[in-house]
Amino acid sequence: MSMLELSQVSKSYGQGGAEVHALREVSLTADAGEMVAVMGPSGSGKSTLLTIAGTLEEPTSGEVLIAGQPVSKVSRGTKARLRRRVIGYVFQDFNLLPGLTAAENVSLPLELDGVSARKARVPGLRGLERLGLGERAAHYPDQLSGGERQRVAIARAMVGDRKLLLADEPSGALDSENAQAVMRLLLDACRAGGMAAVVVTHDAHLASWADRVVFLRDGRVTDQTAAAPGPESLLTPERNQ
Amino acid sequence: MSVRHALLALLSERPKYGLQLREEFEARTGEVWPLNGGQVYTTLQRLERDGLVESDGTGTEGPQKGFSITAEGEQELAWWLRTPPDLSSPPRDELVMKVLVALYVPSADVHAVIQAHRRYVVELMQRWTRIKEDEAGSELNMSLAIDAELFRLDSVVRWLDAAEARVSRAAADGTMTWADQATPRNQTRAPLPRHRREVRERR
Repeated sequence: MSMLELSQVSKSYGQGGAEVHALREVSLTADAGEMVAVMGPSGSGKSTLLTIAGTLEEPTSGEVLIAGQPVSKVSRGTKARLRRRVIGYVFQDFNLLPGLTAAENVSLPLELDGVSARKARVPGLRGLERLGLGERAAHYPDQLSGGERQRVAIARAMVGDRKLLLADEPSGALDSENAQAVMRLLLDACRAGGMAAVVVTHDAHLASWADRVVFLRDGRVTDQTAAAPGPESLLTPERNQ
Repeated sequence: MSVRHALLALLSERPKYGLQLREEFEARTGEVWPLNGGQVYTTLQRLERDGLVESDGTGTEGPQKGFSITAEGEQELAWWLRTPPDLSSPPRDELVMKVLVALYVPSADVHAVIQAHRRYVVELMQRWTRIKEDEAGSELNMSLAIDAELFRLDSVVRWLDAAEARVSRAAADGTMTWADQATPRNQTRAPLPRHRREVRERR
């Protein structure tokens, strides 16, 4: 089942001679259990694509479906509920609240959705433990390393069993090893939890974790990788002779 | 990969039989560089001839013959490990050549050419990453060999990205002229930095 479906989505800003086309007739799907990476240079429309997929912005034309629901046809309340319960968003700069502990940061989206602080704490802690941060639950963001802060941000984006995770350069500020660990976590969440993930990155090394890589240029999808043949084909002796 | 030095490295641990050396070579290089059995035995013969290993003197060649490293072999191995391979000359890279040639083929869309190569390299990277994912936490040698390949391919994608940005900028600025493109034969090789050119001329 498609957790995200963008159909012929265009987005432009300004009018007349000053009109800028950020996206042009972009179609993209992300199925449950699948990780899709979107690669492209600066200004290619990657971040606009993500904010539209996250219902943070409306397209100029085209249709966005989240878990089968057409975003343009649902009420503002339903859209807000989709954002609180279905979509998780990982920001490039983490966006953790400095006055809250790691556990409080993770359970915050549940509290905003009306769950009591006491009840929200349980899935919050579980999310941290799943990402190997159980012992850091009571620490504040400034007591955590960059890699740990990013994992807290991912735990927060996934809390409450979200079905669609959108990540904007999720490993941007991390060293290579931590960046790889973040991608492995996201992929595991897709595989095990049936979540769909769309990860925007300019880094091919990180994009290679995805099931499918979509290339964006000047607001258009120009290409995408084909389903990869079995990895064992790289290790056959014939290749080395 | 120097089979000769890999065998010396395996013998530096303790004396081993031919068959054992062959199996350990394949295991330690992450099965990325398989070699045939005959190659192991002929290399061992040459190492013995050069005084870098000695055999247990059973007389029969093949899997059951035992070998140990000599003091000279230890020295040779230490020298080899610390000697950087020759990276001073840029390789004649076919992918670089294709992109450079596309610049002066009127019917070629340079961006499409760059993207065709980028997609292929990213697909290769996906396959290597999938192996890394499947083999999580397994053998260190395998992980290191895969990382080396991923970093190498990543550098290719970075070059393609940089090339595309440079071509776009040149087209926008109108600085891509026919004069730049007049000597295709010279353009198929990346220009050498000045100091390296001087080194080459001195040779």
